[in-house]
Amino acid sequence: MTTANHFVLSAVINGEQRDFLADERDSLLEALRERAGIRGPKEGCNNGNCGACSVLLDGRLVNSCLVMAAEVQGAEITTIEGIASPEGLDPIQQCFLEEAALQCGICTPGFIVATKALLEENPTPTEEEARFWLAGNLCRCTGYDKIIRAVLKAADQKGS
Amino acid sequence: MVATDKPTYKVVGTRPIRPDGTDKVTGRAEYGVDTRLEGMLYGAILRSPHAHARIKRLDTSKAEALPGVFAVATNADFPRVESGTMSIGEGTANPVWLVDNLLAGEKVLYHGHAIAAVAAIDQHTAEDACALIEVEYEVLPAVVDVREAMLDTAPILHDDLRTTVRARGVEPSANRPTNIALHLRLEKGDLEKGFAEADVVIEREFETAMFHQGYIEPQNGTAWWDRDGNITIWTSVQGTFNTRDQVAAVLKVDPSRIKVMPMEIGGGFGGKNPIYLEPVAAILSRKSKRPVKMWMPRDAVFLATGPTSATYCRIKIGAKRDGTFVAGHAYLAYEAGAYPGSPVGAGAQCAFAPYNIANQTVDGFDVVVNGPKTAAYRAPGAPASEYAVEATINELAEMLQIEPMDLRLKNASREGTLNSVGAPWPTIGAEAVMQAVKNHPHYNSELQGEDTGRGVALGFWFNGGMESSGTASVQADGRVSLILGTMDIGGSRASMAMMLAEDLGLTMDDINPHVVDTDNVGYNATTGGSRVTFQGGWVTRDLADQIKAQMSARAAAIWDVPADQVKYEDGAFVGPKERFSFKEMAGKLPGTGGLITVSATSKRNTQGPAFAGHIVDLKVDRETGKVQILRYTAIQDVGTAIHPSYVEGQIQGGAVQGIGMALNEEYVYDDQGHLRNASFLDYRMPVANDLPMIDVQMVEVPNPGHPFGVRGVGEVPIVPPQAAIRNALHDAIGINFYRTPVSPRVILDELLPKD
Repeated sequence: MTTANHFVLSAVINGEQRDFLADERDSLLEALRERAGIRGPKEGCNNGNCGACSVLLDGRLVNSCLVMAAEVQGAEITTIEGIASPEGLDPIQQCFLEEAALQCGICTPGFIVATKALLEENPTPTEEEARFWLAGNLCRCTGYDKIIRAVLKAADQKGS
Repeated sequence: MVATDKPTYKVVGTRPIRPDGTDKVTGRAEYGVDTRLEGMLYGAILRSPHAHARIKRLDTSKAEALPGVFAVATNADFPRVESGTMSIGEGTANPVWLVDNLLAGEKVLYHGHAIAAVAAIDQHTAEDACALIEVEYEVLPAVVDVREAMLDTAPILHDDLRTTVRARGVEPSANRPTNIALHLRLEKGDLEKGFAEADVVIEREFETAMFHQGYIEPQNGTAWWDRDGNITIWTSVQGTFNTRDQVAAVLKVDPSRIKVMPMEIGGGFGGKNPIYLEPVAAILSRKSKRPVKMWMPRDAVFLATGPTSATYCRIKIGAKRDGTFVAGHAYLAYEAGAYPGSPVGAGAQCAFAPYNIANQTVDGFDVVVNGPKTAAYRAPGAPASEYAVEATINELAEMLQIEPMDLRLKNASREGTLNSVGAPWPTIGAEAVMQAVKNHPHYNSELQGEDTGRGVALGFWFNGGMESSGTASVQADGRVSLILGTMDIGGSRASMAMMLAEDLGLTMDDINPHVVDTDNVGYNATTGGSRVTFQGGWVTRDLADQIKAQMSARAAAIWDVPADQVKYEDGAFVGPKERFSFKEMAGKLPGTGGLITVSATSKRNTQGPAFAGHIVDLKVDRETGKVQILRYTAIQDVGTAIHPSYVEGQIQGGAVQGIGMALNEEYVYDDQGHLRNASFLDYRMPVANDLPMIDVQMVEVPNPGHPFGVRGVGEVPIVPPQAAIRNALHDAIGINFYRTPVSPRVILDELLPKD
């Protein structure tokens, strides 16, 4: 067995202090999914091209497949599971539902986390700005039309 | 929306939030790879670095000896299966080839062909073990181009393959090995006579590249082969029963001993009908006595799953001076990949479908090459042949100096005209779609700017068919559980619940749809061919009729009146004197004989043929060769839109996949058959900033063969984009392209001065 490669990973994940064993070869995505049981971030490519594994690392949008688990000791991580508040869905999530901005839903966690980061950086994006910001997130079902509409609607609602 | 004779509905045609939505926006929805079982192992697969080679020696002993490894599997672990034909969802396969594709036998037939599998304590260990497997190859010459593979001198993939001929008057070739698995011919009228009558004859050749479905979720499969001999499989596939039956065939286990759990599916587009990992995980589970989870890295998805056929198409059309088409011939050669089974048959039937051509012949060839076995991809076979026809028609319109949509309208297929297999068309929307294109403000707007162009093209797909089953239980609180076995790949829980709600006079919130495993619902064919909402509507209609009949009988008994005096109107049971709402009557069920559960199965083969017309404006950047889509309109006959948002979504998504085919996507092989672009970075799918909004105009010509007039909607939107964009490029820069994709490099090759 290869337990010799294990270390205790301590991080604040979705507002909660978590300490768990990870392998020193794990990416953050693998550690979240297969060690910590946080399976909202999805693996689409494992090389930073699809954005399905997007998380916020100390507030910064990253592809968790491109971050080594060992790099995030003590960090604050927000995944899709941490976007809704106890009071209800985030307006981004609500707008994705209302605008039918998902079909299969596999890219949705990544898009919502990326949109969260977008609206924190730029609360009133134009359509073009939204399209460029989300260019790192692949969706194969929707053709992006309804996703962009949902993002712009969420920006409107958050602004008002 | 253009509507014709549309009944008034209360639920159908509205846009409620889908029942599975909240789980999918909060990260709670469980896809196949999210499966976690106690004691679960992780699997990995060793793949061939060669496109064509004989396996001279395979030694797994070092992998087996690695600490943390529990089991290793090779082709030798499969039982011996008999050669034959079995259904694999959309298409058929020989079980022998299915096994050889799962883990290679004597030969590897493509770069990335699976050879051996390992189950280990974690993913890293499983991958380390794969690297310890020793394989000695005798590398053989490879062939990766369809026309080269058809030559007598081509390297042969299968020594026992002979051409099946389904063409009148064609003699089967000599009894020697070939890569041509099938020659089919569709004939109508008299081709020679037709061309003799023509004033103008045009003949053009086209090539289309190999495209991948590009679903974001890689293939996965988790299996547990328990000590009683039963197998449970957790997987993300388009058809659980389809997967069950294929796994049963290759493992020689009774299907009823296999239970397939329907995990959410992260896109399929036809590519998640074949089995890849499930039986391998099952064998590893049997050997290790543990559950085994496997999923593919992205490069394996490109190397070994999907893609669609690369093709060579030659189109010849004869027309009268006034534009009347009198003869059409299509020669279609489709790559099957390593094993026979390209969708050339469907491509052949679709080629001339929008048009009424009295004399036509289509010759189709199914050809094996050293590439991954092709799988269905959205309107399988249709985009290539229809692209070739639509591009040819555009050039014909120019030759005849007839407006392209006028030329199409003049020759439109109509109800009663004969299709390519000689059967009369039912009520179809071909003409309505063409007229809608011609009348659309987009088509009639002025196009401005340099190097801009507009193009248009039509598309057709059959839709419908195959078997669906469902069960409904009326709860005492008045809600109805709807048990389904068709995978929800893009909102079908919603469409099914809406159709049942409509028939019962309830709201969608009153229906509780669930997709369950293969042991807990009747048989359901795969989710594909745009059939689910079509066939599902027949099932929900039957369920609603049974519920209404049984509850009416209970009401009649309570009121002590004959059953035929109880009517169901506006969500209430109405007797001669009294009425019960559905909810009130549901509350009385436990005391009047018990709650009601009904089941239904439907296998109607009345297809809902659908047509689409797309209009595109684009601009070519002469410095980079990049094409920017300025405006895109997709017009489609959808029959009846149950949930318009998801219908629009299907059309937008399909159109964008077609845009990818037209402009950027393609498999790039070197001359030895090595795939050079097995990543999302290099296989360039459209991203958000490549695109404008995709405007959708739904034409509703209800399908008379469906309770709600549903036609399938998912497939046909991928058909027109390649030709529409190619025609727009001609308008923009005056160049006709004869191969897709027309990538920036291809455009620059034409635009840059040649020295």
